[in-house]
Amino acid sequence: MSTKTIPSSQPQTTDLEKPLYTPIKRRSFFMYAGATAGATALVLAGCKKDDSTTPTPAAGTVSLGNGNLSVLQYAYSLEQLEAAFYAQVVKTPASDFAPIELAYFTQVATHEAIHRDFFKAAITNVAKGTPIMDLTPDFSSIDFTKRAGVLGAAKAFEDLGVSAYNGAGKLISNSDANGAAYLTLAGKIVSVEARHAAYVRDLLNPGSFAADDQVDPASGLDMSMTPVAVITAAQKYVKQTIDASQVGK
Amino acid sequence: MNFLNILTQLAEVDSDVLDRLNPRRAVFASLGTVAKRSALAATPVLLASMFQKAYAGTNAGNPVDVFNYALTLEQLEADFYNKVQASPFFLTASAADQAAIKQISKHETAHVALLTTVVQGIGGTPVTGNTFKTSVFATLTSFAAQLQVAQLLEDTGVRAYKGRATDLQGIADVNIPGVGTINPLESALRIHSVEARHAAHIRGMRMQTAWISGTGDLDTQATYQGATPESNTTQAGYNLTMAGVITPSVTYSATDVAAAFDEILTPAEVLAIAMPLIGA
Repeated sequence: MSTKTIPSSQPQTTDLEKPLYTPIKRRSFFMYAGATAGATALVLAGCKKDDSTTPTPAAGTVSLGNGNLSVLQYAYSLEQLEAAFYAQVVKTPASDFAPIELAYFTQVATHEAIHRDFFKAAITNVAKGTPIMDLTPDFSSIDFTKRAGVLGAAKAFEDLGVSAYNGAGKLISNSDANGAAYLTLAGKIVSVEARHAAYVRDLLNPGSFAADDQVDPASGLDMSMTPVAVITAAQKYVKQTIDASQVGK
Repeated sequence: MNFLNILTQLAEVDSDVLDRLNPRRAVFASLGTVAKRSALAATPVLLASMFQKAYAGTNAGNPVDVFNYALTLEQLEADFYNKVQASPFFLTASAADQAAIKQISKHETAHVALLTTVVQGIGGTPVTGNTFKTSVFATLTSFAAQLQVAQLLEDTGVRAYKGRATDLQGIADVNIPGVGTINPLESALRIHSVEARHAAHIRGMRMQTAWISGTGDLDTQATYQGATPESNTTQAGYNLTMAGVITPSVTYSATDVAAAFDEILTPAEVLAIAMPLIGA
């Protein structure tokens, strides 16, 4: 069958693979960083240029801060919202959901919870920062009782998430020793968000997984948005006011 | 042939990486001792200079290499979908499936045009002629068989772009005649997420989950394996399936953790998958 046309390896590339195990290298770096006394100093040194302020929210306002830490906080804020949204979707499922849809949304809900919890842990243990507070979602504009209402909101969240990660990648500075690892991690997550987006779009309107309203038909490029534009769009779903004005700066 | 030029270039990049690897390891090995010995006030300055030396330019790959690598894959994909649409089996597909293939094909053709312009705009010579081998395509004797390869090509593409993102990190915006000012990394990411949308839809056409959950019929293929396989559950050094590792008293299943993150493929891994498919 066709599967045999994709071999598992190619002899002449074997020796090429050896020096390219960068993910393992990065992971072992993190384990090192988390386990030794040098870790704090190391992160501080790496962050020297983009020294990140610990967010100290005024009443009702959450600042995402600046530097690489702010990009993590930004992703964490969006993942908090997505996770809260899907938790509600699963908790009070729309009456007209097909059983398979609910089963898949349960998986999506878990993916987003993992993203949220992972960012919280990474901000604390890898970036040595203080995660922003638990945001209070405001989903009053979403009708969770109807499939159409849920899918419309899910589409908005997922497409926004993809646009946000696409715009945030270039804001991660590699003058921070962890900067390359942060970018790779964001890349590992954004494609899963794009898979979610395509799935939700196809449920809402079959065949719209990469429709012209989201993927520019001339260039074939997906959307990309700045943190301020993303937060402006997301703000109506959050009680707190989020300040993204310095993200990545 | 042009594709072999890419291989040669990659070998050069590889040896370069290898050269940088050992000095970097030495830095890490000595770090613990240095950090323990030094006064806290003095340490950051010392470390900063060490890292500046070890990491200078490390993540800034040659954008011509990266974009020609991407262009190679996009040419392969674009030609594959052209062959699919010209195949007699295409007429056996539903109208919805035909429309989806046309939409995907449109994007791949646009990616080829865009990447060709970008490579030229940054002073490189775009690769050409990376077509899907006719003899291999001839073995795909149904629309379903063609879709299997489509899924593997798209998921390989997602992992390939992801694996080169850090090579474009920190590279300044460039003005590309006919395109405008672009950020190379941002452009690559914007293609990367489109490949993921394509992969999700084709997986759906094949009754697979949109995300890679480890239960797929092709999950043992090289596309899903590699040094960091799609089944990976460790991120940033944390095994996310262990109880309470990231959140107290919460345990996530290996399936959910693996599906929540896509993984990278190295250039060597991608080329091992793509090379047998490329030819006249």
